[in-house]
Parts: sequence; C-alpha cells; structure tokens
Amino acid sequence: MSALLAPLGLLGRNTLGLMAAIGRVTLFALQALSHIVRPPFYSREFGVALMQIGWLSLPVVGLTAVFTGGALALQIYAGGARFNAEAVVPQIVAIGMVRELGPVLVGLMIAARVTSSIAAEIATMKVTEQIDALVTLSTHPMKYLVAPRVLAALLVVPLLVGIGDIIGVFGGYAVATGTLGFNAAAYIKNTVNFLELFDILSSLAKGCVFGGIAATMGCYYGMQSGRGAQGVGRATKGSVEAAAVLILAANFVLTGVFFSL
Amino acid sequence: MIELSNVKKSFGSNHVLQGVDLTIDRGTSMVIIGGSGTGKSVLLKSVLGLVVHDSGTITLDGQDVTKADRDTFLARFGMLFQGGALFDSLPVWQNVAFRLLRGSLKRPKDEAREVAIEKLRRVGLKPDVADRLPAELSGGMQKRVGLARAIAAEPEIIFFDEPTTGLDPIMSGVINDLIREIVDEMGATAMTITHDMSSVRAIADNVAMLHGGVIKWTGAVGDMDHSGDPYVDQFISGRADGPIEAVR
Repeated sequence: MSALLAPLGLLGRNTLGLMAAIGRVTLFALQALSHIVRPPFYSREFGVALMQIGWLSLPVVGLTAVFTGGALALQIYAGGARFNAEAVVPQIVAIGMVRELGPVLVGLMIAARVTSSIAAEIATMKVTEQIDALVTLSTHPMKYLVAPRVLAALLVVPLLVGIGDIIGVFGGYAVATGTLGFNAAAYIKNTVNFLELFDILSSLAKGCVFGGIAATMGCYYGMQSGRGAQGVGRATKGSVEAAAVLILAANFVLTGVFFSL
Repeated sequence: MIELSNVKKSFGSNHVLQGVDLTIDRGTSMVIIGGSGTGKSVLLKSVLGLVVHDSGTITLDGQDVTKADRDTFLARFGMLFQGGALFDSLPVWQNVAFRLLRGSLKRPKDEAREVAIEKLRRVGLKPDVADRLPAELSGGMQKRVGLARAIAAEPEIIFFDEPTTGLDPIMSGVINDLIREIVDEMGATAMTITHDMSSVRAIADNVAMLHGGVIKWTGAVGDMDHSGDPYVDQFISGRADGPIEAVR
C-alpha cells in the first residue's frame, strides 16, 4: 500500500512546492512594483539599469533580429513556392516578426543576457554581505537593487522589441530584394499595408511583460541565492531557466488573449 | 545600552542561540569570543535585525529593536563587515560616503566627498585612494575603507565582525589599534565578534564567551586570564583538550 502511496506523496509534495514557489515569486514581484511607485527613487541606479538592459543589449538584439528576419524570408519563399505563394513573403515576414518572433526572441535574448547578469550580480552581493551592508546603511535592497532594474526593463524592453521588429523586417527585406528578386518599393508597400496598429501594440505589450519577467526573475533568484560560488551559479542558472520558460508561457497566453479571443 | 534577554534563534534543527543574556553598557567596548560556528555573527546580526530572532528580547536604550523605526534605529549604527562588504560598482569615496549621499543624512556631493576623504585619512589611507574601485585595493586597505564607511556618519554604536580575519599579524595590529583609537575618540559603544585573541586584548573593555548557544562567561578583559571558567581558559590558551570539543 505504501508503495502505491509513495508516488502520490511525491506528486503532492512537488505540487505544493511549485505552488509555494509561485506564491513567493508573485509576492516578490508585487513588492518590487510597490517599491517602484514609492519614494525614495534611486535615479543613478535606474540610469545604469537603462544602459545595461537597453543600450548594451542593442547589438545582440539587432543581430538576432536581422538573421531571423532573413531566414524567415528564405523559409517562406521556399515553402510558399510549393503552392505558388512566393509573393506573400513581405506580409508573412512582417506578421511573423512583429507578432511572434520579435518579442519572443528579444525576450529570450534579454533572459540570456540580462537575467543572468542581474542574478549573478545580486547573488554575489548577497554572498559577500553587500546586501546586509545596504541594510545597515539604511537602504532598502528592494528599492535600491530591484525596483530600478525592474522599472528599467519594463520601459526599455518594449523599445528593444520595437527595434528588433524593424531590424527583423529589414532582414527579410534585404534577403528578399537582394537574392529572391523582390522589388524594393513593392516589398515595403506590402509590409506597411499589411501590418495593423494592433500588431505593433501587441508586440510592444509583450515586450513590456517579457522585460518585467526577465528582470524580476534575475532579482528574485539573486536575492534568494545560497552561499558560495555554487550558490551564485545555481541562482544564475535557475533565473535564466525560469525567465525563459515564463516568457514562452506568457507569450502563449498573450497570443491567445490578443488574437484568439 | 544594548540588552539581550533570553534570545533564541534556530535554523531548522540547528539551535544556534539557546537563550543569550548580555548587557553592553553605553560607551564601552564589548568583544564576544567563541569558536567558529557558535553563532557570534547570528547574535550580532540579530541586534541589527538582519536576522530575526525566534524569541527573547533585544533592547536599545530600553526600546525593543524589533519595534523601533528602522531608519532612525539603523542611523545610530555603523558596521565593519568581515569581508569589507564594499560595493564593487562604486569608487572608494562613494562607498565611504554612501549614507551621506542618500536618505535622511544626505549632504551635497562635494561635502560628502570631503567627509569621505577625511575619514579615509583617519584610517591611514591617502586621498588618491578615493577614486579607486574596491577591487583595486589590498585586503588590509579594504578593511580600512570598511572602517571608514562604518564611522563616516559618526554613529553612536559600531559593530565589528571579525575585523582582522584574513590579515597578516602586523596589519591585524594596525586595524586593532585603529578600532580602539576610533572607539575612544568617538565615545562610541562597540560590539566586536572575533576569535583573534590579540584583537580581544587590544579592543575590549569587556569580554563575553559564547558557546553552546549561551554566554558561558562575561567580565572585564583584565579578568579574562583568571576567569576560572574552563571554556574561557581553553579558548584563550588555544588548547585542544578541555570542555570545548575540538573536531579534528
């Protein structure tokens, strides 16, 4: 009998553990948001976070978008040729980049680049007692470390997504006009005419949510870090895994909300 | 005056503090000694609220520290951390003047920098250190910067967590002397945790021995060598045999 109950017990423990973790992360995110809107505000830390998350992520976002847009154009052209629909390349590249690939790939790149960096930095600060030092210097770590990073990500990742969308579409344009024989003016006209304002707004909204997830998970795992180098390593790895999975799950939910309901 | 009464703290099944009673009078320097892992850091962090104790009371001038306004309470403290705990991303002077650049004690940037340089000079560092990053300093210099940061806002109470760990004997002596001088000069109340006996003799007015989660002995530093307490005797003489189990 106990052999039969053991798997159920394990399932129950894991479910409870998962629910507790979701509760902790949710409370942490709500605390972060509450610190964003309450003074004091640390403008220097906010400025540094804007630079780190936004400006310094531009190269990786741009390269990811341009190659993805180019590859998308090649795939759509090759796939469309099977049923004489090669001409839809501009429209499908535009909708694919703006609605899905732009926000998701930028989100994942931010998770890889920014979440890991935030988690490692805050975890190292915790291990070396810098977080304790902040408290003894009358500075709230949530306000000084977490709020500026989360706010910066909420504001700047939508911008990165917008830039990624444009560069991705340009990647498709460059491949289509350079190697597939498309007319440049017609390609741009088809792209602009096909996209709707809601496509762009949904893309930016996804960017905002993904940015919030990426920064929050980095901060959360950093603050929860265990001791020593192993603790920092685990925090960094855990933060990227959690942020990536949550971004993909949130993308599914948001796509459903925006385009299926 | 800081008073701890029957303070207990456990981490799971590990009962670190099992009823600590201790009084630190205003303007005196108390050094808490004890082996590694006996809960000295937990005790110190409990007073500051960095660790929340499970039961018992900790009062500062009669007021329960858990009920005090955090900002006002912490503004009275300075702390030197074991590893320095300097902020890597800030230059040395901004580390020292951290409290003076934000919050209720905020001053103009130039003034804060001047105070930082003066405090750096007080701990024996030249002004050209001010614009360097903590990673560019030696261990001894980092301790001095940590000490300068602890005293920058002229606190009434200063805590020192293992102030000489990782330093050579000469630098340890320099830091010990600095701590004693500064505490005397400022008239501050000091609480130090250490297992370095040279620090104890240089810094302490009073000594308390923490072992097994309780204070085994407390008294004036002059009485330490003839305390009659077997735990204190074994600890200060560094013997392997005695009531304190030595894990080999």
